Amino acid sequence: MLEIKNLVVEIEGNRILNGLDLTINNGEIAAIMGPNGSGKSTLSYVIAGKDEYEVLDGEIILDGQNVLEMDPAERAVAGVFLAFQYPLEIPGVATMTFLKAALNAQRKARGEAELTTPDFIKRVNEAAQKLAIPKEMLKRALNVGFSGGEKKRMEILQMALLEPRFCILDETDSGLDIDALRIAAEGVNALRSPDRSFLVITHYQRLLNYIVPDSVHVMAGGKIVKSGGKELALELEANGYADYKAQEAA
Amino acid sequence: MADMERINTPVETAIAEHFAGAKAVLPGDAGARETAFARFAEAGLPHRRVEEWKYTDLRSVMREAAPLAPALADDDAVAALEASPWFAGIEAARIAIANGHVVASASDFADLPEGVSLETTAQALASGHPDLAALGAIPEASENIAYALNSAFMSDGVVIRVAAGTKVETPLHLRFVITGDSAVATATRTLVIVEKGASVTLLESHDSADDVAHQPNNVVEIVAEDETEIAHFRIDGHGSGAQALSTLTAHLGAHVAFDTLNMIARPGLVRHQVFMTFAGEHSKGGVRGATMLGERQHADTTLFVNHVAPHCESRELFKTALDGNATGVFQGRIAVAKEAQKTDGQMMSAAVLLSDGATMNNKPELEIFADDVLCAHGATCGELDDDLLFYLMARGIPRPEAEALLIESFLGETVEEAVDETDEAMREALMGVARTWLAARG
Repeated sequence: MLEIKNLVVEIEGNRILNGLDLTINNGEIAAIMGPNGSGKSTLSYVIAGKDEYEVLDGEIILDGQNVLEMDPAERAVAGVFLAFQYPLEIPGVATMTFLKAALNAQRKARGEAELTTPDFIKRVNEAAQKLAIPKEMLKRALNVGFSGGEKKRMEILQMALLEPRFCILDETDSGLDIDALRIAAEGVNALRSPDRSFLVITHYQRLLNYIVPDSVHVMAGGKIVKSGGKELALELEANGYADYKAQEAA
Repeated sequence: MADMERINTPVETAIAEHFAGAKAVLPGDAGARETAFARFAEAGLPHRRVEEWKYTDLRSVMREAAPLAPALADDDAVAALEASPWFAGIEAARIAIANGHVVASASDFADLPEGVSLETTAQALASGHPDLAALGAIPEASENIAYALNSAFMSDGVVIRVAAGTKVETPLHLRFVITGDSAVATATRTLVIVEKGASVTLLESHDSADDVAHQPNNVVEIVAEDETEIAHFRIDGHGSGAQALSTLTAHLGAHVAFDTLNMIARPGLVRHQVFMTFAGEHSKGGVRGATMLGERQHADTTLFVNHVAPHCESRELFKTALDGNATGVFQGRIAVAKEAQKTDGQMMSAAVLLSDGATMNNKPELEIFADDVLCAHGATCGELDDDLLFYLMARGIPRPEAEALLIESFLGETVEEAVDETDEAMREALMGVARTWLAARG
């Protein structure tokens, strides 16, 4: 499904990703773990298309298409979804207006008919209920005045509504208490499907107790330095990143 | 130097000729008109070396002086009024003014809300109506050149009185249109006296054809007696060729709640002036505006908020979105007299530049002579937030739509503040102006 080859990325002259290779198959949940500053969030932004990053080399191929040639909206239509580490507050844009604009923009781009308002509201309400998102939250401006946990659930709600092919969860566990974490993880697990893959970025093994990965990759110095199964996460939890930092320094 | 005679520009000469021809036929006291015109004749058209006109140099932009428009044939007036879309969804008592003249057949004069009495300004001037004594309540406005020109040329408009204690439920809608293929000037004067304890909503909309250099000069004067509640929503939809001058004065008594909101979209050149004076204690005044400009359009909003009485609160919020090579101007002056203790004044002007060629000039000023006040002003100018754009686009919303959402929310704050949150229809009527502009922007 997703293939990243020799990705080299700089921001303002600083090299962040340094020849990163990663392949994620259909239906796979891949976890990326790594110390602060290893380039995990940069990788998520580069896949989603944030334009302040300069891609010097490499390819990101999703279902045979090179997403680096697309703008962020086109990538979303192609199936990329980034659940932000810090979802943005947009005063003055009602949550429902935003959700409808996003859903219908994607449908339009795929040549599908726009949803009718009742149909749209029904879908949102169903998805919101599963994530324990109260209706009052949907009436407010997007993410304005939401708690950290509410913002993260709102990201998962968008993911559920947009039905992407490839989801990136950028430290979805940060700032969440254990109950909020469980609700968010259940939301993600409900979306697991043979046709959908996930890239889960996290510092801690804890999230991976709830969202059990098929593969775990360690990132350090802007590339993947070790890959393994879910047991690798436990090993990291026990030993920390010291070995990899030393490797990076060497 | 002071004695040296100023040499008129050709446009000033043409205006003087128009006045010489018009003063004999315009209604009312010719002497008062001559006094007003003398003020203009002395100063001439304002230009960039006149501080309060620094950013709107009328002398260089007014290349012609259009003649004062005669009244239209009724059918033409009605057709033009029917084409004007503003506030379409709001049930209101209509007061129609086409090419500067009241059109009774397109107005609801026979069906005015209870407690509202009305006369045309032409009739009032001709008969020497006593209410006209209330004109010019704010001296700083009377000294203004656009106002002086209006005083010299004013031909029609309406004089409205809302009886004491009346809660007028149906809004009064002043519908201005200018039509015709050759440029004309208009000068309307509207006076609204709201007696003690009354409340009223005034709608004011303007339309003129694109690409014709019409020169409207409209003045609305509001006299708010004690304990009144007045909302004024204005849509300036003058066409891209128009050079429009407008002045709103609001003289507030005690315990008044006054709000005005002005939406400006796609004008050629607009100068909108607001003079608000707090003459009585414990009043609240809100002056807000959202301006949308593209191409080489120019809009200038100039405020003078004068706190004379203590314990009053003023709120000014202006949002400007600029595209193309447009120029926006915001000049806001808040004066607080020595006696106006406990004044609370907050003024903010924010602009978003959507192109490299757009320019915004912000000039906030505070003049405070009282020592126990809370006054602040702020001005910002920037581009759309890249992070917010990325967030919206990452959900599949194409860039133009994502920009439109952000611009709409940016401008919408003015409407949110000015309109009662239960009044969905009014919010839609006003935000519709922004949506129409955004849709045309593409």
